[in-house]
Amino acid sequence: MANSKSAYSTPGKQGKLDTHIIVVWVDNEAGVLARVVGLFSGRGYNIESLAVAEIDSKLNISRITIVTTGTPQVIEQIKLQLKKLVPVHKVADFKREDKKVIFKEMALFKVVGNNSKKDKALKACKKYNPVILDKTKNSYVIQITALRREIDTMSKNLKKFGLVSVSRTGAVAMTRGSDTFR
Amino acid sequence: MPKLYSGAEIVFKCLEDQGVEFIFGYPGGAVLPIYDELKNFNFIKHILVRHEQGAGHAAEGYARSSGKPGVLLVTSGPGATNAVTALTDAYMDSVPLVCISGQVPTHLIGTDAFQECDTTGITRPCTKHNWLVKDINDLEKTIHKAFEVATTGRPGPVLVDIPKDVQFQKAKYTKFKRQKKLNGKIHNKFSQKDINELIELMSKASKPIFYTGGGVVNSGPKASELLRELVHSTGFPITTTLQGLGSYPGEDSQFLGMLGMHGSYEANNAMHDCDLMINIGARFDDRITGKIDEFSPKSKKVHIDIDPSSINKNVKVDLPIVGDVAEVITAIIKTIKKVKPNFTKSNKQKISKWWEKIQKWRSINSFDYINSTETIKPQYAIQRLYELTKDKDTYITTEVGQHQMWAAQHYKFDKPNRWMTSGGLGTMGYGLPAAVGVQVAHPNKLVVDIAGEASVLMTMQEMSTAVQYSLPIKIFILNNEYMGMVRQWQELLHDKNYSESYTAALPDFVKLAEAYGCVGIRATTPDELDDKIIEMINTDRPVIFDCLVDKQENCFPMIPSGKPHNQMLLGPKDQKKNKITGKGKTLV
Repeated sequence: MANSKSAYSTPGKQGKLDTHIIVVWVDNEAGVLARVVGLFSGRGYNIESLAVAEIDSKLNISRITIVTTGTPQVIEQIKLQLKKLVPVHKVADFKREDKKVIFKEMALFKVVGNNSKKDKALKACKKYNPVILDKTKNSYVIQITALRREIDTMSKNLKKFGLVSVSRTGAVAMTRGSDTFR
Repeated sequence: MPKLYSGAEIVFKCLEDQGVEFIFGYPGGAVLPIYDELKNFNFIKHILVRHEQGAGHAAEGYARSSGKPGVLLVTSGPGATNAVTALTDAYMDSVPLVCISGQVPTHLIGTDAFQECDTTGITRPCTKHNWLVKDINDLEKTIHKAFEVATTGRPGPVLVDIPKDVQFQKAKYTKFKRQKKLNGKIHNKFSQKDINELIELMSKASKPIFYTGGGVVNSGPKASELLRELVHSTGFPITTTLQGLGSYPGEDSQFLGMLGMHGSYEANNAMHDCDLMINIGARFDDRITGKIDEFSPKSKKVHIDIDPSSINKNVKVDLPIVGDVAEVITAIIKTIKKVKPNFTKSNKQKISKWWEKIQKWRSINSFDYINSTETIKPQYAIQRLYELTKDKDTYITTEVGQHQMWAAQHYKFDKPNRWMTSGGLGTMGYGLPAAVGVQVAHPNKLVVDIAGEASVLMTMQEMSTAVQYSLPIKIFILNNEYMGMVRQWQELLHDKNYSESYTAALPDFVKLAEAYGCVGIRATTPDELDDKIIEMINTDRPVIFDCLVDKQENCFPMIPSGKPHNQMLLGPKDQKKNKITGKGKTLV
């Protein structure tokens, strides 16, 4: 880059990257997700995971939860740019380390094997509220809810117990206590 | 039973209630029902362009010179995609535009129908917002909402995509009452505390500077008046961005000229050395700041902007004030009068040393050039144009390139809304159609497009529009047969490898003018220039003026890069002859 002959400046020093969970309340209308996601891709912001669904069918409000990384300046820009979108009502931003906020992801694991393997898999999931959604003679579908890195670890650990398929959601977030974000 | 109107009629009812007088457009299959209704609405005049990009730039010229939103009407598919450049241009330069586009009938959407494209998808990143209206009952409120979004907060383009079947369907129309104060998405968010803090900073500063931009122009003519009052009452120096030209009188002694890559030596040095920078409606663009790490290292920075996302985007500031420029300045002036009635007197002493320093920079006369008696120097041509038109309340548009920078340096503006140029996107071909739009808004004023021969050929077809509507625009081409700015960069940075920047075959512009049915004038020597310019001004028809200028001239001063504001490269008269080397090449 230093020797490039361009009409533009060279990049400055990059700041420290933090992981943030951004929650966006939007009108549930055609194209709204594309507007939000397009803003991230268009401006070169990062999306680690995404969860979106309507939460109020009367008011037509959807809640989008985005896990992203960026310097403090970039995170600030993301929030301000999101607030400018017409269908966006409000934007909340939490740091991943924030103790006042609960973050959860859900994962489905399919394990195939004999009873011993299946049970070992189930036992390994014990910490994360496992629910058996489907069982056959040689398979389980196990649902767990946990943090991202915990699911990462589980997906690795279950391999030896016959894990054949993983499906997981993006993170959803909610503040602890009686307060809600306004 | 209330009267029912077709979608096409509703479009015009909405435009009528919004006070729209002109639309710029081009018909096509998917907008025919709307064109069919045009005859029934006499309050609206349709300007038929020759290409949809021209419609967009004309609407921009109209909007920027009149302060009203520009409206364009295009068909589906290619009509919409051709408008994309203009929409992006308007988005970058915060120009309020409402684009109405036709779409294939709803049942054909998604089938790759003839002239179908995903218009809302394509224009999503280049509009403030866009809508696909699938239900006739949503049409009225959508169009009114579109005008609201385009004109409130930081202005910008919007698009309403209307499928052909919706244009035929019928619905009620209730007369729209324009609210006195539209509740846009962005309100004034500043408090008196912010203003007090600013005044505290101002009274402490010994090297202050105002750095103002297009936000002042967008805030309305009142904002420019208030800015003048503020600057005079403080005695501070002021520099403006390319888009801010005209918001402060160009010949005033407190004005340091434009800043940035081709800005004046005094403006850039003052920006670098100041201890207080008050940014009013500018956005710390990369052509202004140069290398961010070394941008004005010793100053406290205040940023007044209506768009919160402009603040701390490129440059971290100490005091952000979110609000409309006119209202913020009003609050500042009011507070100064109340809290520090003799601010000017107490301050004069404090900043007198600063002014001495500025005068020293000024004496370098950085816009200077070596004139010639044989060939017309482009800077000389603009100076003469300025001298011969300055008493006429002239409107200037430009294309993009060297001529644009020379125009910004040598043409002095005294009022806002007189200077229309593509700054953010840098769209070659902007100036000619923009001049069409300006002339539509101001039929009796002198409108000149200062152009380069390469840029103007990109939208030359709009001369035909000018002729059709008897719009006497003047296309003042500084013809050097090169894409001048490209050539300049190649000379300075790419070892004079003039790769594809010379146009080996150009039309004869005088004959071209005649072919279009307008007037062609050519000037080849400096001594005939004045007479020819006067001839141009006195022609009440559209003119293409082919001004043959020096082919090698470069635009100075410039900030070479890797270098901060205080190390500008000056013109050929400068003895030091800084060479751009190594790292410096990247920033130019």
